[in-house]
Amino acid sequence: MTQTYVGRADEANAMGTLAVVGKGTPRIDGLDKLTGAAQYVDDMDFGAALLHAAVVESPHGYARILSIDTSKAEAVPGVVKVVTGKDFPYTFGMYMKDRYIFAQDVVRFAGEQVAAVVARDARIAKRAAALVEVEYEALPPLLDPVEALGDGAPLIHPDLGGYEHVPWFFPKENTNIAHWRKTRRGDMEAGWAAADVILEDTYTVPRYAHCAIEPHVVVAKLDQARRLTLWTASQSPYTQRDVFAQALAPLGLSHQDIRVVTPYVGGGFGGKAGVSMEIIGAALATAVPGRPVKVRWTREQEFYNTYQRQGVVARIKLGARKDGTITAIEHEMLWDAGAYVEYGANVVNAAGLSATGPYRIPNIHIDSLCIYTNLPPGGPYRGFGYSEFHFGLESHITRMAEAVGMDPVEFRKKNAIAEGDTLAYGEPMNPSGLQEAIDRTAAAIDWGVEEVSDDPNVAIGKSLCLFWKAPAMPPNASSAAFLKFNEDGSLNITVSGMELGQGYLTVMAQVASEILAVPPSKIRVETPDTDRNPYEWQTVASHVTWSCGNAVAAAALEAREKIYKVVHDARGYEEGSLYLEDQKVKCDTDPDFQMPLADFVVAGIQMPDGTFRGGPIVASGKFMPEFTSALSDPETSQGGHPNVHYTVGATGAIVEVDRETGKMRVRKAALAADVGKALNPTLIEGQITGGLLQGLATVLYEDMRFDENGVLLNPTFTDYKIPTSKDVPDEIIPIIIETPQPDGPFGARGVGEHTMIAAAPVIADAVADAVGVRLKAMPITAERVALALLGGGQEAS
Amino acid sequence: MKHSIAIEVNGEAWALDVEPGEVLLDVLREKVGVKSPKIGCETGDCGACTVLYDGVSIRSCLVLGVEADGHEITTLEGLSHDGLSTLQQVMVEMSSFQCGFCAPGIVVAAHELLQQRPDPTREEVQEAIAGNLCRCTGYDPIVDAVLEAARIGPGDASQGKGP
Repeated sequence: MTQTYVGRADEANAMGTLAVVGKGTPRIDGLDKLTGAAQYVDDMDFGAALLHAAVVESPHGYARILSIDTSKAEAVPGVVKVVTGKDFPYTFGMYMKDRYIFAQDVVRFAGEQVAAVVARDARIAKRAAALVEVEYEALPPLLDPVEALGDGAPLIHPDLGGYEHVPWFFPKENTNIAHWRKTRRGDMEAGWAAADVILEDTYTVPRYAHCAIEPHVVVAKLDQARRLTLWTASQSPYTQRDVFAQALAPLGLSHQDIRVVTPYVGGGFGGKAGVSMEIIGAALATAVPGRPVKVRWTREQEFYNTYQRQGVVARIKLGARKDGTITAIEHEMLWDAGAYVEYGANVVNAAGLSATGPYRIPNIHIDSLCIYTNLPPGGPYRGFGYSEFHFGLESHITRMAEAVGMDPVEFRKKNAIAEGDTLAYGEPMNPSGLQEAIDRTAAAIDWGVEEVSDDPNVAIGKSLCLFWKAPAMPPNASSAAFLKFNEDGSLNITVSGMELGQGYLTVMAQVASEILAVPPSKIRVETPDTDRNPYEWQTVASHVTWSCGNAVAAAALEAREKIYKVVHDARGYEEGSLYLEDQKVKCDTDPDFQMPLADFVVAGIQMPDGTFRGGPIVASGKFMPEFTSALSDPETSQGGHPNVHYTVGATGAIVEVDRETGKMRVRKAALAADVGKALNPTLIEGQITGGLLQGLATVLYEDMRFDENGVLLNPTFTDYKIPTSKDVPDEIIPIIIETPQPDGPFGARGVGEHTMIAAAPVIADAVADAVGVRLKAMPITAERVALALLGGGQEAS
Repeated sequence: MKHSIAIEVNGEAWALDVEPGEVLLDVLREKVGVKSPKIGCETGDCGACTVLYDGVSIRSCLVLGVEADGHEITTLEGLSHDGLSTLQQVMVEMSSFQCGFCAPGIVVAAHELLQQRPDPTREEVQEAIAGNLCRCTGYDPIVDAVLEAARIGPGDASQGKGP
């Protein structure tokens, strides 16, 4: 399974002599972003014809729409068009078509779009939207997933049985269960019988918001020739085009008619994956043909009408022998998936396949239920289900270690999954440096060394938790790359992954640079336009470095072959004797030969008779993981190969807890991730620093509150606190582990999401270690720690 | 009723008509065409719209266009008129940013700090950019870059102009 197709660059990798890959190459988007040159969708100019839309939203969590009167809004000067659900009776969705573009007869969450006003000016649109009169019959909302499972609970989607969905979803008709992933392996009775200790408990994780600083925005235009172009702040240009084409097929539009352009995007974190509010722009454009129309979400809408991270109630039953061997796990996850699950059901699916965590467990019984509620639609958020279930699982692992009388780190080392171990769905685990990650994280936080504060009011706790995650992708999710040389020997690469901030463009440039011996400073990697850039599934799942990196490597190799061929044709050297170095073609057998790329990659090579050989060097590459399959037994999940590989690691922390106020301070945090090969260590350290803080924020600061009607009470940065520069750990120690991924570019695998996954249980464990309080629900705010301390260590309910 | 205002943006004089309720951020983006101040929250929480107002950092979403009459505004574009500042240069070299959406506001806020305190402590840097939310970086890489820019100082011509 060793990767050989990169040729010399791969040999260089093995010998540790890579020129560019593995170096902290400065980002190629630096000048754009530090000078103000970088253009985001809202920065683009569309001229005097630009229209603006404002959306009329449901104030109810659950209600029937009795009537809509748009006449007053239509009478406002400057209003061009008012539309309602009746104008667009079309469903859309990525994995399951369970949404309408605008609500039809029922609204299922507070904030759902009911109508829209298009006007010449954003202020006029907003004023007129307030004049649209909607009469509702309010219904009692279902806000709790456990209640939604109960007998007699109203059906939020009575038509569930008829919804089109991907073949790996199993909706339960006439219930609120949109999908039920069951994973079964081994013999549970034997597993419990073999255990000396069985520990069972329930953990609760609430909803969270992504809080990218750039709000969602779309500009859409259906021109007079019926060409629909959309400029979107998105992680998923091609998937968006596909969803738009399917939803708008009744209007006669197909993929060839639709173009999605995605410039720089101001943060995604999963929130800009798939299609959420962008469908409104696509629909409105068809209502005002010939004119571009902009829909820009306010910060409030960003909170309640994009995707939210789903809440989960997780019951875990774990069995272990006295020697520390885990014998069985039962893990039931009840997901609060919200009003629509067209994307969120796949989060539930991913968790259901992997909720053992990175442990070798022979007997497995996992239920992951996607449950409709009358809260905003759940969906992807960095970690994709794993951030959610690791809180309970890793808390429980630590408690089991204590229950069998073992050190929690030793307990984890004993049970940590290793290469070749059998995964929950029956396939073998990929190469993994998990033991090294544990050891180095433990060393970084001086595990086993007790620390005492000078302040008698302050207790200090330590913790170490593990994480793992696999990309959750359809089995045919693929990446492609185009590459062309310019007259000066520089390169343009077009791909359709998104530069979300992770440094993707830079890493793609490094991959091509390594193979073609052209420095990254001479490589431009262009942001997507579905007319020009080749296919990419989406920039999600921490998969683009791996998947698109392979596509770019393939394109670069094709270009290299073409370069060798033209030199062979013109100068006669054997292709096998040629190599690239320092922007030149050189030859093993003729040390005197060298030919700068700039001399011939466009112009060709001139022959003695004055004719030329060659011509512009262009190339393409693609990658699809042809070994995966989502087909498996729905009752056990055995028989398929749903995941390409897992990235594993460990997170540790030293945390101060004030015994009186409950206030916590992270003195030190360490995070080790096995990235296979660090293509750019600086960027990976950036992922660790940023992702860790985002994870810590979910446990220490952020807290989403709804009223009894399902209305979000704190949809602002004033009331939903994300960390500032003063809310960071005193010290963060990033640790990079490199156990090569055989099918990754230069051995790389993804790491973007993983850095936040174990942050929450690390705080729970450190608080328990410091002051003996075990909190089983997130967030773990100072207030809740203080209340628990007052309660003698029992959590206030 | 429109109001006529005269403002200076990045050293250039502008005479503009603005609505009474129009905020400076919209005036800059829509009427002057300066796009580096970003719309992140429109409530003064995120700092993505930070600009210098007579040399002092403010949230341009909280200031009305009419209030800005007679004042000088400097945005990120204005800081790199004649080449990158040391801070911009260092942030590029250290890759001290990710999505870049908060960067214009952060550079402006840090620029103000370095003008006032050329040799700040880590805590002072954290304090100076505490009003600028960044969801990507975890802040440490930005704080490191500001401290590095301060260490190099504005005097080294090879590193660009100004602090």
